[in-house]
Amino acid sequence: MADLHFLANPARFRRFSQRVVPSLSVATALMLAVGLYLALLQSPPDYQQGDTVRIMFVHVPSAWLAMAGYALLAGLGASLLIWRHPLAALMARAAAPVGAGFCAVCLLTGSLWGRPMWGAYWVWDARLTSMLLLFFLYLGHIALSRAYDEPDRGDRAAAILALIGVINLPIIKFSVDWWNTLHQPASVARLGGPSIHPSILVPLLWMAATLFLLFVLLVLLRTDTEIDRRRLENAEQQA
Amino acid sequence: MSGFVALVARDLRLVWRRPGDVAVVLAFFVVATTLFPLGIGPEANVLARIAAGVLWCAALFAALLSLDRLFAADFEDGTLDLLLLAPWPLELAALAKCCAHWIVTGLPLAVLAPLLGVAFGLEPAVLLALSATLLVGTPTLSLIGGLAAALTLGARKSGALLALLALPLCVPTLIFGAGAVEALATGGDFRAHIAVLAALALVALATTPWAIAAALRQAGE
Amino acid sequence: MSTHAVYVMSAYLVALVILGGLLISSLAARQRVRRELSARGLERKR
Repeated sequence: MADLHFLANPARFRRFSQRVVPSLSVATALMLAVGLYLALLQSPPDYQQGDTVRIMFVHVPSAWLAMAGYALLAGLGASLLIWRHPLAALMARAAAPVGAGFCAVCLLTGSLWGRPMWGAYWVWDARLTSMLLLFFLYLGHIALSRAYDEPDRGDRAAAILALIGVINLPIIKFSVDWWNTLHQPASVARLGGPSIHPSILVPLLWMAATLFLLFVLLVLLRTDTEIDRRRLENAEQQA
Repeated sequence: MSGFVALVARDLRLVWRRPGDVAVVLAFFVVATTLFPLGIGPEANVLARIAAGVLWCAALFAALLSLDRLFAADFEDGTLDLLLLAPWPLELAALAKCCAHWIVTGLPLAVLAPLLGVAFGLEPAVLLALSATLLVGTPTLSLIGGLAAALTLGARKSGALLALLALPLCVPTLIFGAGAVEALATGGDFRAHIAVLAALALVALATTPWAIAAALRQAGE
Repeated sequence: MSTHAVYVMSAYLVALVILGGLLISSLAARQRVRRELSARGLERKR
């Protein structure tokens, strides 16, 4: 953590992001081009799932990033409440819509995978349901952080919510799993079975790395904007 | 401890002077539950099948409906500032508020639910189970709802926001509450469900008072 | 890409719309805030 604390100063963060963002944008674009080639053209269709396996190259990384994004929100929340880092609040404000966006991508691509594979756009599968609840937690965080006239209050309320949410996520996951086994026999095709063939794994990890870079890029851009916006609000209050 | 009892007693006295507030919540519970047979149709076996889920969902909504005033009145008239200054922990005050809320909503809901269950054609043993699950489960709803109420204190559109925050967090309680009743009706493991429901209540008891107190402190700043 | 191309393509399209939309809205918000800052004479310190 000590290494990350130096970024807590908004001015220093700004210098850091200005140095990183241009090369990060180029890297993301290049990796995306290669990733799309790997995912859509180069990789073979799966023997069970056919071409729909290509949806997984977007779907699975989005799910990882949506979950990691909520963990990030909780970490930023803790950092705001414990150390009162001003940047943590701004970054949480910036990261929540990005995480929600990846969560939405995960849900919608999963639904488009489910139609040909399960015969329905939506089934009340345990994983889908807990992902949907994660999306609701994101919506709550976004709505709460923007619900106050004083932005500081929204930031701190949302930080508390993120911490409680991260405690609750495993409980929600566990109860939805239980609920699912109670109501529905598990007859669900899993991704590639127990072991994933390298021809599938390579594009999957490549796309995961690409989308991770995109996530970082979006969060940096939006945090930068939030810093400016806060300066603007302060100037308006003084005026 | 005496402060805790005094605060619960004070909240109960306030409710006693305006019993209409509780009556409205209970009336909502009855009316909302009655709408389901009207929407779904009067087939007895369908109604008995969905009864537990419907009653639990309606109880959840009813509990949330009464929450947005939980701290708001104290916030507006300055009681909250006194609680913040009081020499005893704010966590205890938060717990007392949730406790009072449970006594005036969770408890009546648990008593009322079996009566409505009769209209859904539930067996007597299942009615008893329904009441038991609500008794064990509604404290969790009061605590989580209390947290949502504290977080939305002074926010714009706090009522709808409160529901958006509290409902996803209440999902485990709903699953195990309705699941317990269904387990009893279909020969599943009722006691395991009740045990998990109690565990959820204990987890909520161990975590939410601190979060509520933190939320109230930053509301009072 | 014959069997389920419709679903694969629409999944990638959906991802593009959401993530691209996030990127565009982020850039647009940044431009807007910067313009307002400079309109108030609060240029960003480089």
